[in-house]
Amino acid sequence: MLEKIKSVLNRLTDISDLYDWDELVQEDRVHRLIYTDPAIFVAELTHIFGAVWVYLGHESQIPNNDDFITVRLGLRPIILLRDSQGKIRALFNRCTHRGTTLCRKEKGSARMFTCPYHGWSYLNTGKLRAVPWPDGYACDFKEAKFNVAQLPRVDSYRGFIFGTLNADAPPLLDYLGGITEPIDEWLDRNPGGKVVVCEANRLKFKGNWKLAYDNSGDGYHVVFSHRSLLEMENRLADEANKGMSYYKGSPDSKAMYMRYTGNGHHFKDKRPNIQKRAGGLWAVEGPAPGSEHYADELRRRFGAKADELLDLAGSEPVNINVFPNLSLLGNHIQVFEPVSVDETNVTWYGTSVVDDGSLGGAADEINALRMRTQEQFPNFGEVDDLANFEEIQRGLACLEDEWIYMHRGLEVPGRVQTDENGVVTAPATDEAFMREYIKEWKRLMQAQPNLVVQREP
Amino acid sequence: MNTTAHDPSLTSYYVTDAFYRELVESFTDWQRDDLAIEDVAERDRCRLLLEREARLLDQLAFDQWLNLYAPECVHWVPTTPGGGDPRREVVIAFDDRRRMEDRIFRLRTGYAWSQAPKSRTVRMISNVELFSTARKAVRMTRSNFLISEFRPDGVRFLSGWCGHRLIEQNGRWLIQVRQVNLIDCDQNLRNPSIIL
Repeated sequence: MLEKIKSVLNRLTDISDLYDWDELVQEDRVHRLIYTDPAIFVAELTHIFGAVWVYLGHESQIPNNDDFITVRLGLRPIILLRDSQGKIRALFNRCTHRGTTLCRKEKGSARMFTCPYHGWSYLNTGKLRAVPWPDGYACDFKEAKFNVAQLPRVDSYRGFIFGTLNADAPPLLDYLGGITEPIDEWLDRNPGGKVVVCEANRLKFKGNWKLAYDNSGDGYHVVFSHRSLLEMENRLADEANKGMSYYKGSPDSKAMYMRYTGNGHHFKDKRPNIQKRAGGLWAVEGPAPGSEHYADELRRRFGAKADELLDLAGSEPVNINVFPNLSLLGNHIQVFEPVSVDETNVTWYGTSVVDDGSLGGAADEINALRMRTQEQFPNFGEVDDLANFEEIQRGLACLEDEWIYMHRGLEVPGRVQTDENGVVTAPATDEAFMREYIKEWKRLMQAQPNLVVQREP
Repeated sequence: MNTTAHDPSLTSYYVTDAFYRELVESFTDWQRDDLAIEDVAERDRCRLLLEREARLLDQLAFDQWLNLYAPECVHWVPTTPGGGDPRREVVIAFDDRRRMEDRIFRLRTGYAWSQAPKSRTVRMISNVELFSTARKAVRMTRSNFLISEFRPDGVRFLSGWCGHRLIEQNGRWLIQVRQVNLIDCDQNLRNPSIIL
């Protein structure tokens, strides 16, 4: 029966015959359909948000055994939890019986889940625990098929939890590949190499999720889309060097660069623009509530060492993008969630530092400042990007204007460097990362992934 | 540190740990029947202030709106229902005076694409309640709001309740803190670019 169902599903979702993918995604341009076609969106739910490792949550959101949060894998509601033995699992939030969601809370702690509808109960390992009045059933419920379905592969890289339904996916570490290096550096600038998630600026836009991923390494848009932010954060400055001011003038002649590392992941490194000294990052942070007080307070207590503490409240000038749905930028963990072909949630989780003894007891002060600096970009920058994405979705209603261009840097002699491992490096405003990730997207859309659920805890 | 020597429009010296602690404390357990001020005239004075604030924001009269606020003020939009602790978590907005002025500056640059065109709004304020505190010159008020916001693709509604802390200075009641509690504060919001 499963084979018949799979073949029906394949006919519904397998659109490899519907489109000539090489027509849709070309070297220098992509077709508007990839952002607007509902059939392509449905196929993405399996070919992308099912077939590859997808970011689900951070370990600091489920720090203790029995902790859970509810998240999404594509459109599937998921309970991401640490079971009673400490193993991280991603359960389908779906009662095996008649399909209702088991858990209606966004977060909490539970050793078991009891269905509100008919009272079936499950341990947080996913195993069916009991059904009411079992005498009414001929079966003994010992078969695995009655356990909650869960993701067969769940793994964590330094606190970042990923999951996939693809039985044949490579190990997480292989999937991440070269993007682990910037991730490590992003983590290791914090004491103990750790961050803790602390709430979020939660946004959404009426547009396709790939519009956000297209933007994630885009250096070309900064001085235009974020003009109001750049003017705002420099309005009181002696020197107009706050925030992303380094994109002014001739950004491509600067030391910053973009790098595509493979599997859709890419990285924008703006750290070369910042003075390499303690306090160099804080020096270009725009003013925030409490800035002068906390800076004075830390200098009073720690003297010259205050500068490196203040840098922890500054926004790390990198954009680390992990396909398909995770970005580490500034101090944020940003997650993209597709809701429909033209609706996407964009959640900017804030992070705080943990004192490992090296902060001299100043964690609270650093964090109080870090919370305020993190609120700046979602409030004053991201909103303008999202408005531009929504207007793209509107503009794409022009059916006969078919192409979205991604050819900045293409065929410009000496501009884009590709090494023997396929790692691509280019100047900051280049669109090479878009061209590379969308090639990987095209490959995945044409693949036939082996997606399974796990029933045995 | 003598905070009155610093201009809060230029520097942020008054946002200290003590400031945060006192704020979180004041905005916990303050809506109590035993603290309610029943006097109709007093409550009406407060209601008129809130309605004026609403009109000025609808009119985008930002300079006049800022004049309703004490110099060392806070405009706080929690992301946690009930308030939470802004020292420990990011919130939708925690604006000191300078950041309130930042926000207004940005909206006036003409390059804030999320407000191009500008939203048209009408704010309804109701259910105004007034509460006393331990100090005579400090009062708390709770009110409900409904903002109707028109943008090119239609009208939408932002709902919630506000807690204001009012202080009396030279015979005038000024707003020292405004806490805006959207009913969907912990959800993904579309284009939250107006001053609520």
